[in-house]
Amino acid sequence: MEKIPQIRNYTFNFGPQHPAAHGVLRLILEVDGETIVRADPHIGLLHRATEKLAESKPYNHSIGYMDRLDYVSMMCNEHGYILAIEKLLGIEPPQRAQYIRVMFDEITRILNHLLWLGAHALDIGAMSMFLYCFREREDLLDCYEAVSGSRMHATYYRPGGVYRDLPLKMPKYKPSIWHNEKEIAKWNESREGSLLDFIWDFTERFPKRVDEYETLLTDNRIWKQRTVNIGVVSAERAIALGFTGPNLRGSGVAWDLRRKQPYAVYDQLEFDIPIGKHGDSYSRYLVRVEEMRQSNQIIRQCVEWLRNNPGPVIINNQKIAPPSRVKMKESMEAMIHHFKLMTEGFALPVGEAYAAIEHPKGEFGIYLVSDGANKPYRVKIRAAGYPHLAALEELIKGHMIADVVTVISSIDIVFGEIDR
Amino acid sequence: MADVELLSNKVNERLAKFFIQSTITFGELTIEIDPEHVHEVGLILRDDPDLDFKLLLDVCGLDYLHYGIGEWQTESTTSTGFSRGMVKQGIEELSSPPFERGEESKLLPRFAVVYHFLSLTLNHRIRLRAYLNDQHPKISSVMDIWPAANWYEREAFDLFGIEFIGHPDLRRILTDYGFIGHPFRKDFPLIGNLEARYDAKLRRVIYEPVSIPPRILEPKVIRRDNRYKAAE
Repeated sequence: MEKIPQIRNYTFNFGPQHPAAHGVLRLILEVDGETIVRADPHIGLLHRATEKLAESKPYNHSIGYMDRLDYVSMMCNEHGYILAIEKLLGIEPPQRAQYIRVMFDEITRILNHLLWLGAHALDIGAMSMFLYCFREREDLLDCYEAVSGSRMHATYYRPGGVYRDLPLKMPKYKPSIWHNEKEIAKWNESREGSLLDFIWDFTERFPKRVDEYETLLTDNRIWKQRTVNIGVVSAERAIALGFTGPNLRGSGVAWDLRRKQPYAVYDQLEFDIPIGKHGDSYSRYLVRVEEMRQSNQIIRQCVEWLRNNPGPVIINNQKIAPPSRVKMKESMEAMIHHFKLMTEGFALPVGEAYAAIEHPKGEFGIYLVSDGANKPYRVKIRAAGYPHLAALEELIKGHMIADVVTVISSIDIVFGEIDR
Repeated sequence: MADVELLSNKVNERLAKFFIQSTITFGELTIEIDPEHVHEVGLILRDDPDLDFKLLLDVCGLDYLHYGIGEWQTESTTSTGFSRGMVKQGIEELSSPPFERGEESKLLPRFAVVYHFLSLTLNHRIRLRAYLNDQHPKISSVMDIWPAANWYEREAFDLFGIEFIGHPDLRRILTDYGFIGHPFRKDFPLIGNLEARYDAKLRRVIYEPVSIPPRILEPKVIRRDNRYKAAE
């Protein structure tokens, strides 16, 4: 009689250096043949102790660290942190600053979803999507650069407003030995006016681009085979697991902080909240694509408002916001204020506050504890992606190895904010 | 968002017997309870139809060791001023009296666990805090009530050394394999205790005590002259 072979489950590492791991995720997978039996994500390989660092610095010094949390939705992170500070200080930024913030939050949402879409499609095998998405991202990153001088880590929001008003000029391309005058003139067409004109021009083009993406993916047979019914999570389970944002909406829960607990000027803008039906990767994809269209709408409303309503972009309280350079050179008091702000910073009243925003990935919250000093006593960052990754095992159990990649990218995780 | 006073009344009705304190600050409701009751309170918070906190947003550790202690004398002049290489010995010397809270001005335990909940149906939030004992901070896990607590509790264990009783898999999560200590405690130095480098002779990465002294670039300053009084 032939001996029956002993079959054992096989355990192996996925990552930390794996292109589909979206950063540094070490995933220990136990498989039975091709089927996942157990998955144990090991995180923290990008842990920088942002929260502890923030405790050792005056409040304003940590704004830049917030960019580096979820490094594909930079300004949204800043917004959460700034809101917590403003809540404790009891100040309200000028309307114009709030519109600028909302506009850039939505630009950031598109940036995030574009990167997500490109990377998600790339993971599943659609190479060209990645290139298309990055083409559009380029324009939005130029907006970041025009307003803050930096393409990614903007550090643009400040307690009480934003760092400066929107520029009236866009930087332009210059001819080189590779690109002649005629070519460059065409590229610069949309850059002749102000930043707002450039953004407006983008919002004109963008919906057509989203249509293009959808032509490539939404009814694509291969795309559907890879995403429909993969990583299903029911609405009830999603809530129990702490899901927020598009992942929760993909399961059919109509929950969006922009609507339910509006901050900044979201209550004055018109937009819809898309929700999914089945809670699988495909639903999450549809939700995010529709969110990009809605964000585009919000940006257009903001541009229109900002064009017609000039005004200050930061509060006129020199205990919190530094005085202008001109004032600083002329007024003794302004100089003292500047000096105190740059050395000691401002202090927050004793207390604690939790401020949350609808981040592209879900609810991004900052829990700020102040003991009355010029530095936070404790900053807890409620990263949106953290509970999503924690639920990974549940989502991929029973699926094939190839589906692990689909699920990881469909829940949209970035290690900057998960490891903090 | 739903009215916080209304929520406060509802919570008071149902949970008053567990309370140490219930406060509303900055439009947020905070309740403080004894750690023994966290499980009972959790079940009520989740299952009572008038509260319905189905979503656990966050669990976070807190270390009150240096709460209210500044690093710079602001009330009287000194001949020494602020020295930069002062982290270790400095904070106890310079400290003002231990922090006081509330009317009773009692000295509070060192650690706390803070939970944030959200109700999607009723659209309100609540913060729950449990103070923990100094020596071995322990509290029961709420993972069986909210599965989302899993990684949050692991994180609080890793960073603060708070033990969550009943957690099935309480491993470190954010720090390195084989890490010693709990880095977010206030007595853990910002630059850490060990540094890693590659040793060419041994041909492997080795750990050594940190070679640079701890420094503070901007001292923590608390001014008790009400200049930053909250505009509530």
